[in-house]
Amino acid sequence: MTEITIPPIDWRVATQLCIIFGWASVLLIIALFVPRSRIRVVGYLAIAGLVVAAGAGIPFWGGSAETFGGMLRLDTYSMMLNWLFLAAAAVVIAYSLNYLPKHGIEHGEYYVLVLFATAGMMLLAQGGDLIVLFLGLELLSLTLYVLTGFAYPRETSEESGMKYLLTGAFAGGFIVFGIALIYGATGSLNLAAIGDTLARAALAAEDRTYLYAGAALIVTGFGYKIAMAPFHMWAPDVYEGAPTPVAAFLSVGSKAAGFAALVRFLVEAMGSQWPVWAPALATLAIATLLLGNIGALIQNNVKRMLAYSSVGHAGYMLLGVLAAGAPGGMAGQRGVEAVLLYLLAYMLTNLGAFGVLIALEQRGELTWDINQFAGLWARRPLLASAMAICLLSLAGVPPTAGFWGKFYVFTAAWQAGFGWLTIIGILTAAIAAFYYVRIVVQMFTAEPSRETPAETDPALRAGLVIAIAGILVLGFMPAPAIDLVQRSVLATVGGQ
Amino acid sequence: MLANYAFVGVFFVAAVIFPLIPIVAAYFLGPKRPTPTKLDTYECGLEAVGDIRVQFKVQYYLYALAFVIFDIEVVFLYPWAVAYGELGLFALIAMAVFLFSLVEALVYAWKKGALEWV
Amino acid sequence: MPSMTEAVPLSWVLLLAGALFCIGLFGALSRRNTVGILLGIELMLNAVNINLVAFWRYLEPNVVAGQTFALFVVTVAAAEAAVGLAMIIAIYRSRQTVNADEVDSLRG
Repeated sequence: MTEITIPPIDWRVATQLCIIFGWASVLLIIALFVPRSRIRVVGYLAIAGLVVAAGAGIPFWGGSAETFGGMLRLDTYSMMLNWLFLAAAAVVIAYSLNYLPKHGIEHGEYYVLVLFATAGMMLLAQGGDLIVLFLGLELLSLTLYVLTGFAYPRETSEESGMKYLLTGAFAGGFIVFGIALIYGATGSLNLAAIGDTLARAALAAEDRTYLYAGAALIVTGFGYKIAMAPFHMWAPDVYEGAPTPVAAFLSVGSKAAGFAALVRFLVEAMGSQWPVWAPALATLAIATLLLGNIGALIQNNVKRMLAYSSVGHAGYMLLGVLAAGAPGGMAGQRGVEAVLLYLLAYMLTNLGAFGVLIALEQRGELTWDINQFAGLWARRPLLASAMAICLLSLAGVPPTAGFWGKFYVFTAAWQAGFGWLTIIGILTAAIAAFYYVRIVVQMFTAEPSRETPAETDPALRAGLVIAIAGILVLGFMPAPAIDLVQRSVLATVGGQ
Repeated sequence: MLANYAFVGVFFVAAVIFPLIPIVAAYFLGPKRPTPTKLDTYECGLEAVGDIRVQFKVQYYLYALAFVIFDIEVVFLYPWAVAYGELGLFALIAMAVFLFSLVEALVYAWKKGALEWV
Repeated sequence: MPSMTEAVPLSWVLLLAGALFCIGLFGALSRRNTVGILLGIELMLNAVNINLVAFWRYLEPNVVAGQTFALFVVTVAAAEAAVGLAMIIAIYRSRQTVNADEVDSLRG
């Protein structure tokens, strides 16, 4: 028998992942032995782990490496995304530190699950192989199902967890069937190898059928995860029922990770097939833009409105994905940058908006009626201005982070030759501005219909300040952030 | 070669058609005069009592769930054991890490009282 | 005696897997009972396993990626079922129903 040689492993690639996985396992045991009254300590420890992991990545910035036979990658693209995920997780945990005890659901597992979900996201950003992408996706999804249903025994929380699980598992089935078909068509599960096979020669007719069917199934599955129309119907229900910090985590982390993997799959593996998938994805992008923004227009529940608006934002990011696949080097690289910048702006903004919702949320109440925001300016000027900044950034009004995100995405789509799509994007952005501004008007002019007490605590304030400061800094001085995303390249797109 | 299997197909078709004929015939020919007693659940002549959904103790479910997880993990142990001779030290460490995480899950379940029979 | 791969063409196996996937899909979409929906999804995943193993056996018998992936799919399916059943128990305990269309307090 021959000795099976295991190629040397480049541990630099997996450092951040190992830290998060290891720390999550340790925390799970620590949480068992921390007394109930001190469980908050676990949250602080989790944040510490996230900070350490983020710091551990700094020395490896700039290079491009892969290990485990190409299964794990570390390029500047994935490093940038890893930092985004770690930051989002830290802010979400900060939001939760007082939210959980206030709503009577403080358990140490919560923080551990957030860490595992973060690890899943990082796998999605770093995966160079369809197996790893699938595992990362399932790790992320399984933890998020549990987190969504975490407010047990509140019925809406369980219900949204169940709905999320059923749609998510369904989508998982699509993705994995698609992966199997692509494996059959190309004989490989490695993204780079698939890309090579497809670029080198045309496939036989039968294999092409498998390939396109498989790619369609994978895009459908990821479409569920990123809430792309027409696969977005779960999002409003899940956002509404989930504990609000979890909804924030869902709206930013899960979407960002889905896009990270979708870009990798479409650009790296399916890049040569761009002429085939671009029209299909463009149609889906239009549907997403229209359905998301028009759906948000008719909502009176602010949490559901944010859910629909997040569907709309997925549409804008899809414009970036479309451009990312465009042949000819420069346009493609622009697309990747646009997706990353948009994700950065969207993350900061949504985290801020959900932070304000958390401050307004009362125990045992599930109304986020728009009237609750009436006269907020008179009662809590700081909270009202924070919410206003977030909403303006979501609408894409300069000088906020959201404006630069939209600007970059539209430019990239335009340069890639999607002129009409850009026009639809701008039109829907105008629709979107209407419902965001509606809340702003409520806050600043309307008389308070009833006194909704708003509570903040130091951790929540810290999270909010980070998010708002991020929006403003990015808005007034976009140069450093743009510089950062311009250096964040998929190893195969511009690096080599 | 494939023709040898034709009789399987013939059998299959016959097996489907044969019971279908009386069922369809009964459906069209038989008189239907339902009464509440006739529509009642058939319990060997006894009267049906209570709900069919019997409450099991929740421990049954916890055991079942824990079993499903730990049972499936063996899937990774078999190929590892078969190829163990050729794999060397690294695979041993990798499997140790894997088993450690399983033990950790067991410790967690234990400490949470999932294994208690109350 | 011809070998199995010669006697049964790949397309037959793929048809079987495709049919199984569609049956699971139909079950997942048409069932009211959440346990039934989960069962449908499990069928879809098993169809994937047939596909993966078939592609491995017929096309790339020297590369174990297909086989390995099938193992991962089995494991993930079990984890998903465990989380799903736990949630179904939780919902059943508070509402006395496992039917998806009766769990409808979130709408709009």
